[in-house]
Amino acid sequence: MVQAQGSYYLPKPSYWPLVGSIGLFLTLGGFAYALVNKTDAGMGNMTAMYVGMAVIVFMLFGWFGTVIRESQAGKFNDQVDVTFRMAMAWFIFSEVMFFAAFFGALFYARQLSVPWLGGAGNNAMTNELLYPGYTAAWPTNGPGEVGGKFETIGAWGIPFYNTLILLSSGVTVTWAHWGLKKGNRAQLILGLLATVVLGFTFLGFQAHEYFEAYTHYNLKLTSGIYGSTFFMLTGFHGLHVTLGATMLTVILIRCIKGHFTAKHHFAFEAVAWYWHFVDVVWLGLFIFVYWL
Amino acid sequence: MSTATATHDQHDHHPTGITRWLFTTNHKDIGTLYLWFSFIMLLTGGAMAMVIRAELLYPGMQVVDPNFFNMMTTMHGLIMVFGAIMPATVGLANWLIPMMIGAPDMALPRMNNWSFWILPFAALMLVAPMFMGGNFSSGQGPAFGWTFYQPLSGQYDKLAFFIFAVHLLGLSSIMGSINIIATILNMRAPGMTLMKMPLFVWTWLITAFLLIAVMPVLAGAVTMMLTDKYFGTSFFHAAGGGDPVLFQHVFWFFGHPEVYIMILPAFGIVSQIIPTFSRKPLFGYASMVYATAAIAFLSFIVWAHHMFTVGMPVAGELYFMYATVMIAVPTAVKVFNWTATMWKGSLTFETPMLWAVAFVFLFTIGGFTGLMLGVAPADFQYHDTYFVVAHFHYVLVTGALFAIIAAVYYWLPKWTGHMYDEKLAKIHFWVSAISVNVLFFPQHFLGLAGMPRRIPDYAVQFADWNFVSSIGGFVFGLSQILFLFIVIKTIRGGAKATDRVWDSADGLEWTVPSPAPYHTFETAPEIK
Repeated sequence: MVQAQGSYYLPKPSYWPLVGSIGLFLTLGGFAYALVNKTDAGMGNMTAMYVGMAVIVFMLFGWFGTVIRESQAGKFNDQVDVTFRMAMAWFIFSEVMFFAAFFGALFYARQLSVPWLGGAGNNAMTNELLYPGYTAAWPTNGPGEVGGKFETIGAWGIPFYNTLILLSSGVTVTWAHWGLKKGNRAQLILGLLATVVLGFTFLGFQAHEYFEAYTHYNLKLTSGIYGSTFFMLTGFHGLHVTLGATMLTVILIRCIKGHFTAKHHFAFEAVAWYWHFVDVVWLGLFIFVYWL
Repeated sequence: MSTATATHDQHDHHPTGITRWLFTTNHKDIGTLYLWFSFIMLLTGGAMAMVIRAELLYPGMQVVDPNFFNMMTTMHGLIMVFGAIMPATVGLANWLIPMMIGAPDMALPRMNNWSFWILPFAALMLVAPMFMGGNFSSGQGPAFGWTFYQPLSGQYDKLAFFIFAVHLLGLSSIMGSINIIATILNMRAPGMTLMKMPLFVWTWLITAFLLIAVMPVLAGAVTMMLTDKYFGTSFFHAAGGGDPVLFQHVFWFFGHPEVYIMILPAFGIVSQIIPTFSRKPLFGYASMVYATAAIAFLSFIVWAHHMFTVGMPVAGELYFMYATVMIAVPTAVKVFNWTATMWKGSLTFETPMLWAVAFVFLFTIGGFTGLMLGVAPADFQYHDTYFVVAHFHYVLVTGALFAIIAAVYYWLPKWTGHMYDEKLAKIHFWVSAISVNVLFFPQHFLGLAGMPRRIPDYAVQFADWNFVSSIGGFVFGLSQILFLFIVIKTIRGGAKATDRVWDSADGLEWTVPSPAPYHTFETAPEIK
C-alpha cells in the first residue's frame, strides 16, 4: 500500500468510456426493441443492436489499445499494478456471485420447489388440487411437462472429457506462466497455444453437445426447469469460456510480440485467473448439473 | 459547479465546456456529476411522489387513472433508490474518499468516468417506456412496484427495456465499487492505517463489498425474468417445475443488502459530522467499524423477512425473525456511540449538525418500526400496509436522504469555497424536519389500521390521516426547491470559506484550500 505516490499514473481525459456507454445503450436498447417487437415471424428490427455491438468492439480495441500503449511506455508502476490486480480479483468475485444466482435457482428447484409441487412438507393439498398425479423427481420439466418428454446428457461422456480438457488447460496455462517467469519463450508460447487450443476444443464439444440435445434428446431451453437451469448455467459458462479463450488468444499474440517481461505481465495473470475461475465454475457444473 | 480552482499547478489544465464533463477522469468532476445527476433524479422522483400524494389527498379517484398511479409508485421507488440515493452516496465517495485518505485521485480514473456515464443512459432506458404509447397519461412505463415481483412483472410488455436498464445500473455500481475498494486499499497515504481511516471511508469500503456481492445476483434475477418472458424458460413458472417465490428469494437476497448499501454511507457521514460539532472525537471508533461490518454480514442472512406472508416453513419464519432482530444490536451500538459522542460535548447546531441529529433521532424511529416488522407473527398484520411505507421512508428519507443533505451542507464550503446561507439553510432544515414527520408519521396509524400500500383509492375511514400526510408531503416536496436554491446560491457566491471551514473539523480534506484545488495530494501527505 504505502509507496511513493508521485508516480501513480493518472490518465488524461478520455472519450472511450462515453463511446462504451453509447455502445452499451445501443446494444441493449436495440436488443430490448427487438424483443419487445418480437412476433411469431421473429424478432423486431435489430439494426440498433448490431450498430451498438460494433461500437463496443471499436471501444474495446481503442480503450485496450490505449492501455497497452501506456503499459509498453512504462507508465504503470508497482502501485498501479496492485490496483489492476485488486480490480480483476473483485471483478471475478462479482462473476462468482452472478453464477451463484443461477446455482441458487438450481438448488432451490431441486431441494424445494419441485418436492413441494409433488406434495412434500405441508403441500399435500397443493399437489392434490393443482397438480394431481405429479410425482416429484429430477430431472423434471414440471407438472405441465413443458417442452415435452426429454432425455438428459450423461455425465461420463462428453461432459467428462470436457472436464479433463479444462483441467488440463489449467495446467498448461500455469506451465506457460512458469515459462514466462523463467524467461523461457518457447515454453510460454507453447503452453499458451495449448491452452487456447484446449479452450476452443472444449467449446467445440459443448456446441456438439447442444446440437445433440436439441436434435436427439429433445432437451431444450424450453424443457421446463431442467432445461432452464441446464442451458442457462452451461450457456453462461460457455459464454465465459468463449470470452476467456478470446482473451487468451489476445494474450498469446501479445506474448509473441514480446509485450511481457518476467516481472511485468499483469495482463497475462489476469487472464490466467479468469481462466481458473471458468475452470472452477465448470467443476461445479459437472458435479451439480451433469453428475448428481 | 464552480470551475474556479485555487492553484496554478501546471497539471491543472483540463478541457473546458461540455467535453470537460464528458471525458473527465478527475474524481472531483465525476463526484460533481454524480451529485447533480442524483439531485435531478431526486426532483424527478419527488415530482412523482407529489402525484401519488395528490391522488391520495382525498378518497376516490380524482387526479390520475389507476395504471398511471401504479406507474408513479413504481417509478418513484426505482428512481429514488437507483437514481437518487445510490448515485448521491457514490458522488460523495468520489469527492471525499481520495481527499480523506490522501490519494491523488481514484485508483482507476477512466473506469470512474464510465461508471458515471452509464447512469444517464440507464435512466433513459428506464424512463423511456413511460413515453411510449402516444401521450404521457397513457404511458407504458413499468407499473408493478419497484420490487417487480413475478408473475405480475412478467406480464409487462415493455419488460426488456426495464431489464436492460437494471443491467446497466448494476454494471455502473459494480465498476464504481471496484474502483472504491481499490482506492481505499491501495491508495492510502503513508501512515494511514486501516484503523485510522475516517469512518465515512470505512462505511464505503464495506458498502462497496456489499454492492459487488449483490448487484450480480440482481443481474441474475432479471436475466431469469428475461428468458422466462422471451425465451421460454420456466424459472418462475410452476407448470414447468419453477416457482414465482424463487424470484422473491433471489430479489431479496439482493434487496436486503441493498438497503444497507443505501444506509451505511449515511452512517459514515453522520459519524463525521457529529464529532465536529460536539468538539469531541467520535466515541467508540473501533466498535463503529465492527458494528458496520456486523451489519453487512447480517444483511446477507435475513432476506426472507420480506416474505413472511408468502408461505414458508415455520422453521424458516423463526430463523429469519431471530436473525433479523439481531441486526438491532450493532445498529444500537452505533446510535449509542453517536449519543455518547455528543454527551458532555461543546455542542453547536450549525445546519449540518441539525440534519445529523435529526438523522439519529428519526432513523432510530425507522429502526424500531423495522424491529416490529421483523417479528414474524406481527408482520402478518403489517405486511404490505402503510406501516411498511412509513418504516422504510423513515430509514430512507429521514435516514439516508437526511444524511446526504447533511453531507452537502457540511462539505459544500470545501467544494465551492463559499459558505452557504446559514439562515436559509436553517429554514430549509426546520421546514423539512417538521413536514417530513407530518408526511410519514400518520402513515404508521394508517398502516396499523389496515390501509394497504400501492392503492390509488381507499376506504373513507383513512381519509383524515391521508389528508394530513399529503399536506406534509407537499410542504416537504416544496422545501427541497429551497435546497436547490441554496446550493446554487452557494456555488455562485457567498462568504469566503476558510480551509478548515468548521473550527474543530478533523481530517485531511480540511487541510487543503477551499475550494479544493482540481488536483489534491499529488504528493502524499504524511500521517502521524
